[in-house]
Amino acid sequence: MIYLAAEHFVRAPQWTWYILGYFFFAGLTGGSYAVATLLRLVGDPRDEPAARVGFYASFVALLFCPLLLTIDLGASWWKFWHMLIDVTPGDQGLNFKYWSPMSVGVWTLLIFALFPTVSALESFVLDRRARSAAADSSGSRFRTVDAPAGPPGGVLGRAFNIVGGVLALFIASYTGVLLSVSNQPIWSDTWMLGGLFLASGLSGSAALIALLTRYRPDAAFSLGRLHEADGYFSILEIVLLVAFFITIGAAGSAGLTLSFLPLWLLALVGIGASLFVARGHMRIRPGGGGSAVIARAGTDTLVVSVLVLLGVLALRAAVIFSAQ
Amino acid sequence: MAATIKPGESYGFFTDTSICIGCKACEVACKEWNQLEGNEPKFLADSYDNTGQLDDQNWRHVKFIDDVPAQSADAGNGKAFLMMSDVCKHCKHASCMDVCPTGAIIRTEFDTVFIQQDACNGCRNCIAACPYSVISLNPKTGTAHKCTLCYDRLQGGLQPACAKACPTQSIQFGLLGDLHTAADNRLASLHSQGITQAQLYGRDDTVYGGLNAFFLLMDKPETYGLPNADNAKLPTRNDVGGYLAALVTAVIGVIAGIVAFRRRGTS
Repeated sequence: MIYLAAEHFVRAPQWTWYILGYFFFAGLTGGSYAVATLLRLVGDPRDEPAARVGFYASFVALLFCPLLLTIDLGASWWKFWHMLIDVTPGDQGLNFKYWSPMSVGVWTLLIFALFPTVSALESFVLDRRARSAAADSSGSRFRTVDAPAGPPGGVLGRAFNIVGGVLALFIASYTGVLLSVSNQPIWSDTWMLGGLFLASGLSGSAALIALLTRYRPDAAFSLGRLHEADGYFSILEIVLLVAFFITIGAAGSAGLTLSFLPLWLLALVGIGASLFVARGHMRIRPGGGGSAVIARAGTDTLVVSVLVLLGVLALRAAVIFSAQ
Repeated sequence: MAATIKPGESYGFFTDTSICIGCKACEVACKEWNQLEGNEPKFLADSYDNTGQLDDQNWRHVKFIDDVPAQSADAGNGKAFLMMSDVCKHCKHASCMDVCPTGAIIRTEFDTVFIQQDACNGCRNCIAACPYSVISLNPKTGTAHKCTLCYDRLQGGLQPACAKACPTQSIQFGLLGDLHTAADNRLASLHSQGITQAQLYGRDDTVYGGLNAFFLLMDKPETYGLPNADNAKLPTRNDVGGYLAALVTAVIGVIAGIVAFRRRGTS
């Protein structure tokens, strides 16, 4: 890490609550879309209802993102579009700076927004069609129906989900890179933040989708798999968290974050909860383990999911406020 | 000093801290010309400083650095101040320009760094990046502010207000080449007098490619709250490493998802 500066004389940018909210929802919109895409493309056909839950969650989380980013601009909120259009005399045109994560992030968010919107709309149409078909066959509108046999949309649909999934992974991670590309203590002393936010966002998204299966019984088939995935994401998060503390320790800025110990502990509780509920589902032993089918999301899923989501929020809060 | 100020030439400040007397005429002149209201006066209980820092209302700030043992006849009876009129450094490789996503921060025809107020949207990325704590957000305008090196005065052929007002010529304005020569001569003079701790900061390209507003310091840069050459790094140094770590995490995350979700005949 010889390229990282250890001594800082910078002013804090006052990125506080709105940015914390944005980082949280960016992690969830990106993470949910990525998890939903994986469920749809590599999962069992019976994972499709959970995939749709993921697309809905991604879309709803997405709605908060531009709102929070715009509000954060304060009195200049009406100039949000300057992120996209350069108005400098003699240099007018589209504004894209590949070296600025904020510029790349805004453009990616703009393009990515298409994917959860279309996927959520597609899910809504398919769900409605399935409900109508079920109602026609049984006379009841409320009967649970089987999911379609395979991912809808054919090759183009798969390609659409894959492109959206790649962009989703970027959205869930670039916020950490954005912090690192600064001269702030802690943020610029490590390269781990992008990966850490991504692992945390994936874990939180798996927990969120698991939580939402409470309201969609036909998605309960995927519950064990979601817990299993959450466990893997949490292990990845722990590894990155250790690497994060090693790097900021080496840079001499770890002391700045000590006063945020309760937030770090809350983040660890979230990770611990993920691993607790994932125990028995994860394939850690060769030839052993594997997710079991759970009838429906119970209170344990509710509690664990809430703890995981609080941990996702606490992790970002600890990182953001430690430097400021 | 430049007789006439011409676009296309590089201009800057040479601030000689060895002759700064801490009068703050530069702060007053800056506020007067740029119509800065200033912050509510505060008693900082810290030397003769009552502005505290560079920010959206203080584009010049005279630092008083305390706790320096006096080396005059009264040694042991008191302390001396290191005084420094701090300002935006107008870096050749400017961290603020490096990260600004809107293109609001530009390099002018006088080779200075300028924030276009009509283009800035208050994202504050430049504040997170500036290693000198120069830029600050004005909550009323919702935009980032800092020293313009009196861009409007330069366009009118006038030297910046602070340099004009400085009574000791601690702040000198001019063509960068001329200022370099003046600084080299001053440093040689001080060294010949045995003042070996004197050093130039930002004169060469070791700090952000060179500073258009550079300094003669009487101690090491860290004493003045300035990053030394080892710590003067651009924010974008972390671009590749940050993205790489995210990419590796993404690949592992996708593999983890495939392991968890793949079809395996679970009934």
